[in-house]
Amino acid sequence: MAGERTIRIDALTRVEGEGALYVRTRNGTIEDLRLQIYEPPRMFEAFLRGRSLEEVPDITARICGICPVAYQMSSVHALEQALGIQVTPEIRQLRRLLYCGEWIASHTLHIYLLNAPDFFDCDSALQMAERFPDRVRVGLRMKKHGNQLLEALGGRAIHPVNVAVGGFYRVPRADQLRRLIPDFQWCLDAAQDTVRWVASFAFPDFDRPCELVSLVHPDEYPMNEGSIGTSSGERIAVDKYEDCFEERQVPYSTAYHSLRRPAGTTYLVGPLARVNLNCDRLSPVARQLAEELPVSWPSRNPFHSIIARALEVVHAFDEALQIMRNYREPSQSRIAYSYRDAAGCAATEAPRGLLYHRYAVDAGGKVTEAKIIPPTSQNQAQIEADLRAWLPNVQHLTDPALSRACENLVRCYDPCISCATHFLTVQIDRI
Amino acid sequence: MAEKPRLAVLKFASCDGCQLALLDLEERLLELGESVEIAFFLEASSRIEPGPYDVALVEGSITTPHDKERIHEVRRQSRFLITIGACATAGGIQALRNWADHEEFLRAVYAQPQYIAALEKSTPISDHVRVDFELRGCPINPSQLYEILRSLLHGRRPRTPAHSVCLDCKRRGTVCVTVARGIPCLGPVTQAGCGAICPTYDRGCYGCYGPAAQPNLVSLTSHLISTGVSQQEVVRTLRGFNGYSPEFRAESDRLAPP
Ligand code: SF4
Ligand code: SF4
Repeated sequence: MAGERTIRIDALTRVEGEGALYVRTRNGTIEDLRLQIYEPPRMFEAFLRGRSLEEVPDITARICGICPVAYQMSSVHALEQALGIQVTPEIRQLRRLLYCGEWIASHTLHIYLLNAPDFFDCDSALQMAERFPDRVRVGLRMKKHGNQLLEALGGRAIHPVNVAVGGFYRVPRADQLRRLIPDFQWCLDAAQDTVRWVASFAFPDFDRPCELVSLVHPDEYPMNEGSIGTSSGERIAVDKYEDCFEERQVPYSTAYHSLRRPAGTTYLVGPLARVNLNCDRLSPVARQLAEELPVSWPSRNPFHSIIARALEVVHAFDEALQIMRNYREPSQSRIAYSYRDAAGCAATEAPRGLLYHRYAVDAGGKVTEAKIIPPTSQNQAQIEADLRAWLPNVQHLTDPALSRACENLVRCYDPCISCATHFLTVQIDRI
Repeated sequence: MAEKPRLAVLKFASCDGCQLALLDLEERLLELGESVEIAFFLEASSRIEPGPYDVALVEGSITTPHDKERIHEVRRQSRFLITIGACATAGGIQALRNWADHEEFLRAVYAQPQYIAALEKSTPISDHVRVDFELRGCPINPSQLYEILRSLLHGRRPRTPAHSVCLDCKRRGTVCVTVARGIPCLGPVTQAGCGAICPTYDRGCYGCYGPAAQPNLVSLTSHLISTGVSQQEVVRTLRGFNGYSPEFRAESDRLAPP
């Protein structure tokens, strides 16, 4: 096909939030390629200033309805660092448990409702359910139990109300967690079965060099703490994040692009990066499964993200079960603290990857500065780089098939466009 | 097939949490899929059907010139338009910009060139078009959404209770956090619907379901101030997820004229 060709997807579907994709090629060479994020800005960093620091986890949760816990976790850890608070091991465990709930709910949503339909040329999970009703029901049931864990610990699944600076407003009673155990045992089996199912999908052959970035921790699968690891073997302290990664604004998107400093190269965050860098710290059940699969780790094929996500669901059910079985109600739900003029930062692993927060607070307990770098804005430049690398493999397709193929690749990243957009440069029109 | 009512789910400035509530219906979602045609729901389906729609669920507030136009088109295409959540119903947390000094706001936070347009205010859908029903909450309660859709399917007008969270605490037998522990709580002026969650987690309600019917705000804020909560803090509490709702806005503006 000679001459100019334009692929324009005005509304990406089965992603969270709203974006578009524009590709122009001439004689088979890419002239222009943009992942456009046109979500309206909500400007969280601006209105957080002046709010009391206790409100921060409730407010930042509203950046994203799919991963509110991630925002709550990164914000409380950053604020605790600023205030010099050390939480107890019991609180730390409960936070991991809460994060397990969110990983389960978010990952099963993506696997079953958003991503798997691509592998069967279906438009939606409802359409896929006509062919595989039992599969979809299993997926929805796992998601439901993930939500029940969020409800038990957080009061509700979307925007939980129980996360506080210093710990929790109230710790769960033992029976609230214990009664989830039988369903979680069922889910642990269902999750393993899900891994085998998704690993049997037909994956495009697309391995390309790229840098993987995730938290790493010496003795646990990373969630709430650790240093920042890369596939080139670096270990970066979280408080050096802004020295090693930078954000650049591009004119066609309302979200920033993140790049490695000083090289200006792209990198990938999320389940694929986490599994690759932490495979040996997956729970025993998940690790054994990872080894049995026809995929070998490390894998840099972005289409394998669905397998990484499924493995993390196994891990999350397994770890959640362990925590719930050993749970005894701690005497202290929250650590007391006093205000001071200080700054703190933290990174945790949101379902979609590294989520960095930094805050400055004053002696009156008010936020004076906030900075939030969500995973999707870190992946955005990598998604574009992948599309550039992948287009030659699919150029022969008809326009609709090519559009679909591009959209499938974008979707592998589980981009959360609502998150990516919360901070951008805006032009104010007076009405 | 052709007679199934057609449902559209549309998004403006929001966090996706309220549309996620629809997906959180889980098995009830599959059941719903049998009786309605999901004609437009970008987050869940790649099938994009043009209007008209029988029911439109609208999430998010109006914050850009483009969205200000788009909502009129959505209205034209929709027989029954329901706003879902605090963003769509009251402007959402992003309506905090409505009290900000925009020049300072921009100078302080955004050093980069300006590429996209945003309106000075984040406004609820009802400021722009007629709304047939408003579902409260940040996020909405999936069960309330389900009940509303079922009512519509059966040709009934949807209803949600308009009493306060405070009353739900009494019904649940939750010990009052204000009386027992002196924790400030917006429960007496906030609409029920969440199940009165926060007080059962030993914290005060922060008003995420917006004002209850005829809320006595002056009496609540006077009480808070008399117990030593600073006026500034009371204002900040009112200016939350539903801060731009007429009732909360009037009271916070009375205490701190903009
Ligand atoms: S009302 Fe709350 S939960 Fe719903 S979209 Fe807005 S911020 Fe999200
Ligand atoms: S108690 Fe109040 S703040 Fe808490 S969930 Fe209910 S309405 Fe929202």
